[in-house]
Amino acid sequence: MIATVLSPKVLRAALPALSLLILLVAVWYLNPRAISPLGFNLMFNLAVPIALATVAQMCVITVNDLDLGIGAYVGFVVCVAATWLYDTPLLGIAALIGGIVLYMAVGALIHVRNLPSIVVTLGMSFVWLGLAILVLPTPGGKAPEWLAALMKYKPPAIPIPGWGDLQIPFPIIAAVVIAIVAHVLLMRTSYGSILRGSGGNPKAIERAGWSLLKTKVVMFGAAGFFGMLAGLALIGLTTSAQANVAERYTLLSIAGVILGGGYFVGGRVSPVGAVIGAMTLTLSLPFLTFLKIPPDWQIGAQGAILIVVLALRAIIDRLGPQQ
Amino acid sequence: MSMGERIVSLDGVDKSFGAVHALAGVDLACDSGECLGLVGHNGAGKSTLMHVLAGTLRPDRGRILVSGDDLTRSYDVAVAQSRGIRCVFQELSLCPNLTVAENARVFHASLRGLGWRRRAGKLILDKLDEIFPGHSIAPGDVVGDLGIARRQMVEIARAFSVTDTPVKLVILDEPTSSLDAVLAGQLLDFVKRFVAAGGAVILISHLLGEILDTASRVIVMRDGKVVAGRPAAEFTRDSLVAAMGSVAKGADESSARTAKGREGAPVARARPAGQRNGAELVAHRGEVVGLAGLGGQGQTEMLRALFAAARRRSREASVREPVALVAGDRQTDGIFPLWSIEKNITIASLRRMVRGLLVDPRQEAVMAETWREKINIRTPDVGNNILSLSGGNQQKALFARALGSVAGIVLMDDPMRGVDIGTKQEVYGMIRAEAEAGRTFIWYTTEMDELKNCDHVYVFRNGRIVADLARDELTEEKVLHTSFTEEAA
Repeated sequence: MIATVLSPKVLRAALPALSLLILLVAVWYLNPRAISPLGFNLMFNLAVPIALATVAQMCVITVNDLDLGIGAYVGFVVCVAATWLYDTPLLGIAALIGGIVLYMAVGALIHVRNLPSIVVTLGMSFVWLGLAILVLPTPGGKAPEWLAALMKYKPPAIPIPGWGDLQIPFPIIAAVVIAIVAHVLLMRTSYGSILRGSGGNPKAIERAGWSLLKTKVVMFGAAGFFGMLAGLALIGLTTSAQANVAERYTLLSIAGVILGGGYFVGGRVSPVGAVIGAMTLTLSLPFLTFLKIPPDWQIGAQGAILIVVLALRAIIDRLGPQQ
Repeated sequence: MSMGERIVSLDGVDKSFGAVHALAGVDLACDSGECLGLVGHNGAGKSTLMHVLAGTLRPDRGRILVSGDDLTRSYDVAVAQSRGIRCVFQELSLCPNLTVAENARVFHASLRGLGWRRRAGKLILDKLDEIFPGHSIAPGDVVGDLGIARRQMVEIARAFSVTDTPVKLVILDEPTSSLDAVLAGQLLDFVKRFVAAGGAVILISHLLGEILDTASRVIVMRDGKVVAGRPAAEFTRDSLVAAMGSVAKGADESSARTAKGREGAPVARARPAGQRNGAELVAHRGEVVGLAGLGGQGQTEMLRALFAAARRRSREASVREPVALVAGDRQTDGIFPLWSIEKNITIASLRRMVRGLLVDPRQEAVMAETWREKINIRTPDVGNNILSLSGGNQQKALFARALGSVAGIVLMDDPMRGVDIGTKQEVYGMIRAEAEAGRTFIWYTTEMDELKNCDHVYVFRNGRIVADLARDELTEEKVLHTSFTEEAA
C-alpha cells in the first residue's frame, strides 16, 4: 500500500497539487487572514486568464510545438473585446473567430512546410501585437458589461450547519471547470487519444491512417479558442485594455504547463496539472509579497520556485528505474 | 475465410532510395491458410518489401493486387487496413505516452463514442490473453512504462485484434526479437492456430529454426530480389543459409575455443542489488562473459550498474578499465537519429581526435571509413544519415562505435536482435579476435547460440544470479533449467 502511494508514477502525478498545497500552507503561515474567501478572490483573481492561457499553451505542446505568440494573441483579444466587441458586437465576434482561424492556419503551415513552431509563432507574436495596436493605439477601451459582471460573479454561499456559510470563491470554481473541460476533451474522448498520440509517436498515428495535418490544426485551433477565453477573462477583470497587457503570459503559460507535470516533447501533458501549475504561479506572487521580497526580485524568485519543483520532479524520475 | 484464396500479390515491384536499390523486381504472393517465412541478410530488402505491403511505402514500379483487384494506384495504409492487411513493424509503432487501451483505439477508428475506453481495453486484453496467457499487462498501463518485451506483446496483440474489418494477413517483422523463449513459443503457437483457421501470416525472422518450424513456405531474399521460394519442408537450416548467400559455417567452430584459466585480479566485478547469497559476477581481462536467462531478469540493470561504475564509485559494481556499451534498444539508447553514420561511429572516440581545440574532421572521416570497410556497413557514403541504414547495419555502426573506442571492457545489451546470420558470424569472429587481443566483453543475450561464444556464463532470474557456469559446464539444458526453476527452499 505505502509502496503504491510512494511509487514514482503516483508521486509524479501528485507533485503539482502538492506544490500548490505547500505554497498555500506557507501563505497561511505568513498571513492567516489571506486564507479567506476575500483573500482567495484577491490572490487567485488573475489565475483564471492565466489558467486559460496555460491550457491553450498545453494544446500546442501536446503536438510537440511551442507557442511564443500566446501572450501577444491574448493582448489582441483584450483590445478587440474592449473596442469592437463593446461597440459593434458582431464585428468583434467576427474578429475573434478570425483569430482562431488564423491560429488553425498557422498550425497547418507549420505541419505542411515542416517549419519550427518557435520561429513561426514568434513571428506571429509581432503580427498579433501589431494588430492589437491597430485596433487600440492608446490604452483605454471598455470591457463589455456582461464580461465584467461574469468575472465579478459571487456564487451563493452554501450554509454548513454548525459552522456558518461557505463562500466558494469564483476563481476556484472557474479553475475547476476549466480543468474538467480540458481533461474530458483531451484525456477522456477517443479523439483525444489520437491528438496526444500524434505528439507521442507521429509516425505511428500516420501509419494507423490518421491525418497529422488535422491533429495539428485541431490543436492550434483549440489553442486559439482557449487563448481567446483567456483574453475575455482578462478584460473582464481589468475593465480597460492595452496592447501589451498580457506580454508575460507567453512564458507564464509555458511554465504552468511544465510545472503541472507536462513535458516539452512526447505528448505527455496533464490538463488538470496545467491548471494547478497556473494557480501555483499566480499564488507565488502574493507569497513573495508576504515574504517582503521587493518586486524587483519577485520574478527571479518565481523562477527559483519553478526550479525547485522541477528539481523535485527530476529526483522522482530518477527513483523510477530502481524500482 | 476459405483456404487457398489469394490475398495479396506483388508483381515486379521496384523501389530505390537514392543510390540504394532496395527492391529489384520482386514477385510475391500470399494465400489464406499459409504462413510465409521470409529470410535474408540485413539490407536484403525484407523490411522495404513489408513497408510496400503495409502501404507505408509506394513502389517506384510494379503492381499490387489485393484479392484479385489491381490497387497499385490507390494503395496506402488505409486501403491495406480496410482489406484486412496488418503489419507489426520492427521499430515499434505504439505511442509511448498513451495507455495500452488508447493505443488499441489509435488502431481501430471504430472504437469511439461512450464507453470506448472499456471496449478498447477488453479488445486488447482478450487478444493478449489469447496469445500470451499470463501476460500481466493491464489496459490502463502507460506503454512507456512497459519494458520492450511487453511493448512488443501489446503491438502483436493489437495487430491481431478485430473490430469492423476481418484480419486476413498479418506481417510480423522480427516479432520474437525482444521476446524470451517462452513468449516466442506462445506467439509461434498462436501463429499456427491463426493460419490453421484460414488466416495468413508473413513471418520475417533471423532465427531460422523459428522459420522452418512455423512457416509452410519459405522465401529467400538477396540484394533486393527473391532468390528462392519453396515449401518449408524442402529446406534445411544449411540449405537456407546457403540460399541466403553466406557460407554455412558450422556452429561447432566456436566451441573449439578452449576454456582459459581464471587467474589474476578481475577487471570487473559486480553483485546485483537484490543478491542474497555471495554470488557475484567476475570478468577477467580477455574474457567473454555471458549473461543468460529469460528476457528482463536483471541483466540489463547489471550492465547499467557496470557502466555507471566506470564513472563513479558504486556499491554494486567496480571496473578497472574504461567501459563502452552497445545498446540493444538502439532507437532509444543507441543512435543519434539526426546525425550521420560517421558522427555516430566517432562520438565515443572524439577525445583522441582533437587537434588544438577542435575535432579533426579528417581523422573522423578516416575512422568511419576504416570501420565501414572492416565490418562492411552497407552504405555508399558514411556522411549519410544513420537512418538511411537498415536496422542491422545501424547496429553494426554501434559496434564500430564501441570497438573503435579505447574502452577495455565492452558491455553488450543483447545487441544482435534482428541481425542476420552472416553479420552475426562476422561479429562473433570480431569479438573473439578482440578478446584475444585483451579486450573484455560482458554480453547479455537471449540466444543460446551466442552463449557458446562465451568463456563464462551467469544465469539471471528475478534480478539475481542463480547460476555460474564455466565454459565446459555450459549446456542448453543447464541454462534453461536454472532460468525456470525456483530456488530450492
